[in-house]
Amino acid sequence: MTEDAIVVEGLEKSYGAVHALRGVDFAARTGSVLGLLGPNGAGKTTAVRILATLLEADGGSARVAGLDVKRDAAKLRARIGLAGQYAAVDENLTGFENLEMVGQLYHMRRKDARERATDLLERFDLTDAANRAAKTYSGGMRRRLDLAAALVYRPPVLFLDEPTTGLDPRSRLQLWETIEGRVAAGTTVLLTTQYLDEADRLADRIVVIDQGGVIAEGTADELKAQIGGERLDVVLEDMSDAETAVSVLADMCLERPSIENHTVSVPVSTHKGMIAEAVRRLDGAGVEIDDIRLHRPTLDDVFIALTGHAAADEPSSTELQIPEEMRA
Amino acid sequence: MSTLALSGSDTLVLARRNLKRIRYQPDLLIAYTIQPVMFVLLFVYVFGGAIDSGPFDYVDFLMPGIMAQSIAFGGFVTALGLSEDVQKGLIDRFRSLPMSRAAVLLGRTGSDVLLNCLSIVVLFAVGFAAGFGFIGATAGEIVLGIVLLLCMGYAFSWIFALVGLFSSTPETANSIGFTLIFPLTFASSMFVPASTMPDGLRQFAEANPFTTFADALRSLWLDTPAHSDVWMSFVWIAVLLAIFAPLAVARYKQVAAK
Repeated sequence: MTEDAIVVEGLEKSYGAVHALRGVDFAARTGSVLGLLGPNGAGKTTAVRILATLLEADGGSARVAGLDVKRDAAKLRARIGLAGQYAAVDENLTGFENLEMVGQLYHMRRKDARERATDLLERFDLTDAANRAAKTYSGGMRRRLDLAAALVYRPPVLFLDEPTTGLDPRSRLQLWETIEGRVAAGTTVLLTTQYLDEADRLADRIVVIDQGGVIAEGTADELKAQIGGERLDVVLEDMSDAETAVSVLADMCLERPSIENHTVSVPVSTHKGMIAEAVRRLDGAGVEIDDIRLHRPTLDDVFIALTGHAAADEPSSTELQIPEEMRA
Repeated sequence: MSTLALSGSDTLVLARRNLKRIRYQPDLLIAYTIQPVMFVLLFVYVFGGAIDSGPFDYVDFLMPGIMAQSIAFGGFVTALGLSEDVQKGLIDRFRSLPMSRAAVLLGRTGSDVLLNCLSIVVLFAVGFAAGFGFIGATAGEIVLGIVLLLCMGYAFSWIFALVGLFSSTPETANSIGFTLIFPLTFASSMFVPASTMPDGLRQFAEANPFTTFADALRSLWLDTPAHSDVWMSFVWIAVLLAIFAPLAVARYKQVAAK
């Protein structure tokens, strides 16, 4: 039996009196993408820093690519790649020089490092910018260069720490495609994110963490099922039509629609063609509608369902005490 | 390859990186060239006439001091560069790579040495233009003075490395450098003879290693009789390195991005 590429057991880390991680367990199958989902200050970055050998845990154990993150740290560094929200590239080097330098620091021969750099720039759509200083790059280009740097040595395990935080929607989509296209081939990926749609799109399994602990785990579908999945909200012109609306929509939905204010909420299993079908039926029954929209579960829904507080809330009082430099 | 060879090659890769960066940050060169020139001109022509430098022309007295000051501050680029690397997350990348744990700092301090060589050339040029000349110095003494300057600059690079790793931004590094270290250079015999200072300050200046460095250079280049300052300078350099290099490496292993 092959060992999982990432195995984390009872991981603990405190900064003074603040518990950033309080006994976290999770595992990622070799070749899979594990999403670590949680709000700011949940402990995601602390976990990644421990796994990437940048930080030592206070308790528990972690193995990556079969190596202990503490005992075998030096060996492990040759088998991991790290990229993330900081886009750790040297702004005063060109894109090519950045990748060449990283290759050489992995102790590749200079010629090999250069070939690899050229190849990666090509694959990440940065060839035109290869000989420009990275400080002239857009946010999205920097993240792509950062990701390319993490892949220079073809690491079997890749850590992506909030890879799209702060990016505009277009660059975000581009980066997702890059991650999907380049990374899925056999590489094990640990991805941290604040966005459910990101975890949903990229991750095979999702671990939800909040305030230093795991609060849920499963595939995106399992998590969504746990919190109610998608629903169709129909806002009626006239509330006296409510019962009619419920009866014509009843067989489209998973459970009985609920009525609140002027809105009929219809839990649905798929959103394909749902709006058109609902409009046709309501129109046929003479029900006038003010608005109709599909509501997809968000991270907020997950958090409200699982913890009773919204992910976008101000960090709770304990998290606020984590000094900035330690939160990293 | 052996660990030592790997660490040497990592150091070279990073030193080359630091030098390449200058193409896109030409303002850094100002610290190495224009700034020392301004200091020489300021002290020789503005203050110089009012300073009693004993038996020497002021420019002769000044040049060893101003060179020691400029080279000590050459390592300042290390503080700026490292705090920037910390801020931008590059230190995280380096620490996650299978490279030598000392290479980032060795590469930094090593590239400072090259830049300090450039500074020395510029300083000699402007010094000679302003009327500086060696007095009774053999070629060996001149070279020993330059070696002393470079070694001292190297030791200070490690102090600045520590400053950089403790600074959350390049601006912080800047203010630590200029509020804590810069005044120390003035409370010494670098610009004026310590004997002209009031009690208290004079004793401080005499114990200040900057005085030792400046007086050592004067003994080598101007034939002043303070020869113990030469070996004392090397003792100071060894002590500073022994204290600050391990501290900087220890800090590097702990440091985290913002």
